[in-house]
Amino acid sequence: MAKYSIQVNNKTHEVDALEDMPLLWVLRDILGLRGTKFGCGRALCGACTVHLNGTAVRSCSLPVSAVGDGKITTIEGLAENGDHPLQQAWEKLVVPQCGYCQTGQIMNAAALLQSNPHPSEDEIEGAMQGNLCRCGTYNRIKAAILSVATA
Amino acid sequence: MKIPASFDGKTDASSTEIFKASRRDFLKIGGLFSGGLALGVSLFSCNEKGEKTATLAPNVYLTISSAGDITLIAHRSEMGQGIRTSLPLVIADELGADWSKVKIVQAEGDEKKYGNQNTDGSFSIRMFYKPMREAGATARLLLLQAAANRWKVSVTECDTQNSQVIHTTSGKKLDFGELVEEAQKLPVPAAANIKLKDPGRFTMIGKATPIVDLHDIVSGQAVFGIDAFAEGMKIAVIKRCPVVGGSVKSFDDKKALAVPGVLKVIPIKGPGLPATLSKPLSGVAVIAENTWAAIKGRDLLEVQWDLGPNATYSSAEDIARLTKEVARAGTVRRNRGDFAAAKAGAKKVIEHTYIAPYLAHATLEPPCALAVVKDGRCEVWACTQNPQGARDILAETLGIPVDKVKINITLLGGAFGRKSKPDFMLEAALLAKESGLPVKVQWTREDDLHHDYFHALSVQRVVATLDAQNKLTGWNHHIAYPSISATEDQSVVQPSDGELGLGATDFPYQVPAIRIETHDAPAHLRIGWLRSVRNIPQAFAVATMMDEVAEARGVDPVANALELLGEDRNLTFEQEMGKGKYPNYGESITDYPWEVARMKAVIQRVAKEAGWGKKLPKGSGLGFAAHKSFLTYVACIVEVRVEAGNKIVIPHVHYAVDCGTAVNTDRIRSQFEGGAQFSASLALKSAITVKNGQVEQNNFDGYQLIRMPESPKEIHVHIMENQAKPTGIGEPPVPPFTPALCNAIYAATGKRIYTLPIDLKG
Repeated sequence: MAKYSIQVNNKTHEVDALEDMPLLWVLRDILGLRGTKFGCGRALCGACTVHLNGTAVRSCSLPVSAVGDGKITTIEGLAENGDHPLQQAWEKLVVPQCGYCQTGQIMNAAALLQSNPHPSEDEIEGAMQGNLCRCGTYNRIKAAILSVATA
Repeated sequence: MKIPASFDGKTDASSTEIFKASRRDFLKIGGLFSGGLALGVSLFSCNEKGEKTATLAPNVYLTISSAGDITLIAHRSEMGQGIRTSLPLVIADELGADWSKVKIVQAEGDEKKYGNQNTDGSFSIRMFYKPMREAGATARLLLLQAAANRWKVSVTECDTQNSQVIHTTSGKKLDFGELVEEAQKLPVPAAANIKLKDPGRFTMIGKATPIVDLHDIVSGQAVFGIDAFAEGMKIAVIKRCPVVGGSVKSFDDKKALAVPGVLKVIPIKGPGLPATLSKPLSGVAVIAENTWAAIKGRDLLEVQWDLGPNATYSSAEDIARLTKEVARAGTVRRNRGDFAAAKAGAKKVIEHTYIAPYLAHATLEPPCALAVVKDGRCEVWACTQNPQGARDILAETLGIPVDKVKINITLLGGAFGRKSKPDFMLEAALLAKESGLPVKVQWTREDDLHHDYFHALSVQRVVATLDAQNKLTGWNHHIAYPSISATEDQSVVQPSDGELGLGATDFPYQVPAIRIETHDAPAHLRIGWLRSVRNIPQAFAVATMMDEVAEARGVDPVANALELLGEDRNLTFEQEMGKGKYPNYGESITDYPWEVARMKAVIQRVAKEAGWGKKLPKGSGLGFAAHKSFLTYVACIVEVRVEAGNKIVIPHVHYAVDCGTAVNTDRIRSQFEGGAQFSASLALKSAITVKNGQVEQNNFDGYQLIRMPESPKEIHVHIMENQAKPTGIGEPPVPPFTPALCNAIYAATGKRIYTLPIDLKG
């Protein structure tokens, strides 16, 4: 066990964890930030996506010891009141079905738009292919991203 | 104890009673009610004379407070189908409520209070649409009466709108909240006096209503099973026997216990064989302070297994054996005319064997449950489709009365039938009891894929015969797959009537000779039901063969289906199967007939909307399939483009659906959009294979699901408008998509598909 000081949603947290504990479990089990979901544990589904210095990362496969002084943003910290333009678009188009994968989808899409504010449909598909949705909301996800990208 | 699948028996609701609920009732369900109007709605079963045959069981509670807040109890599990929205909106519409003032509260699992809560079989709307309307209309009439009394006018001059009663002649208005105390004092009107809204006046039914959990979901606040939390909670991860029926011989937990954070290691006794639907698998659990320590500890366990009799099982060998099996004569389950004679007199015989693999549910939220067992009580928080079934089994397993078990239902991060089973809840309860700690059992993805209740593999052979006039004279369908019932009783080696009634024995086409035969297929895994169940392999075989029949007859596939459906009439199947052999999804065929006219109408609609018959460039094609399931009529046309390297692109999917009265059109559309994607996964990607009794896929690299770039692009859903009784939409989108896709691939490439998942290279 070791102590780590990590920055999550603009706050510094001291956590006591095994060095190989994935950030996902630090967020969920230690910090109580449960909006980030567990889906596969091997960076194959994207349900656990958070931002590290603005880039989308799979928190299930990022050991806490590798976070360093990087800035972590989770769905809880994406926007005050949950009103990021993508979250609003998700609500407008009623994207979710069960909703389980959607926080990961939104975090992935937010990082995409940060690096490429006006992606084409192909670019969206390419960027979102790591995020699985078993309910099959892909077309609404794409439409929601496009609505923000072209706004 | 058996957990029934709802397609396999009679559903139990047939009448409604509405009553005033007492304050005590509400205290019992969590003290939500502090004054105002409160109604309970009961469903009860009755005999043919309409006499009650079962105790009253209040299903739903509706309250309106003096502040005008409306609270509705949602008693069905939400797994993405939108039921927490679609049933309450029916009440709100009848009531004339302001939807923004309606709050939805999830019920706990309790049969006495809420009646049937087993959320599967696409039957929530089918079963509860009418009672919800009656509840809303009853509350409305009480409020109208209260206002009419106050204004000293006739009830007929009053109406409700936006949570107000309006005196239509004078324009006077009163808020619901101002009337509730008086309304609560009035006697509940007799059912005969309740007037339901004229459908032309619906404000929400038949329109699109966003789901109530939308903001919580997109902001990360929604509570799923994995998010359940109790003070002092520990996490358990379990190493289960890799072969069904095997057990723990011995284990060494030294390395596991050395992991910082690991607290205890506890073995779990398994059922052996049969695996059953109500017992956890044999294994060893690691309980730790957090999930990561539990996973690490579990991976370091050294377990010696007695793998049991399934340790030599191979799914590839099973498919080879069943392929030989279906080539023989089987047990006849439906017979019309003389198929042997039809074959003997045929000018052309088309014969193919259709193979489909095991599938895993792969809900994105793996199974998980939190349990606290203390002072002779057990409380569970879980993503469960069947809280009552679980409650009974938990009580039995723990040896405590049912009323000492409380089941709290979270949102379900996908379910598709997997979360009907209580095994993960049982694990949590047993470990909580044994350890004396609040325990959350967390399945990993590997656990989920290795130890699912699998959708069974299937081998089916269809023989179609044509005479000299190109008339379809004979249809012979041979079927072999392990039955769901075998998980409970290993002596079951043939499909049940319920399983066959999902798209095989209800073959609707007019063919002079029909013979449907089944074959022995013992189970070697835990077999369960997956979204639309046996409709998947049965529609695959039937609807792709129908495409070949059309081609052989020289008739367009859509015209072929319309012609072979024949005259508008209601179909029955029992006379060719035996009395009671056709379950009709648990409904009487008189109440829910198989209506040829409705099937023809969805076929005609989808053909028109999709531009059936239009010219497409080389390498592109349209494919058609029609399939009724769960009493909902669906026709589907898929457009496919096969690009270099056999890359399959699906630019358009058209569905026409007749589910009777459309309740929430947005959720109908979303279920069809998602149903196409779900079907695309199994058509193009997914397969579970088994070697040495063990599942070979570990995670989403081996068990693949459709991803955004390869997913069907535009899914157009055309909803038939009618006022027939509403039927479900969760499962019916899945079956016709896959055969329509296969038929489209044939139109595009000339290659027929007989094995799933589709492999154009093979």
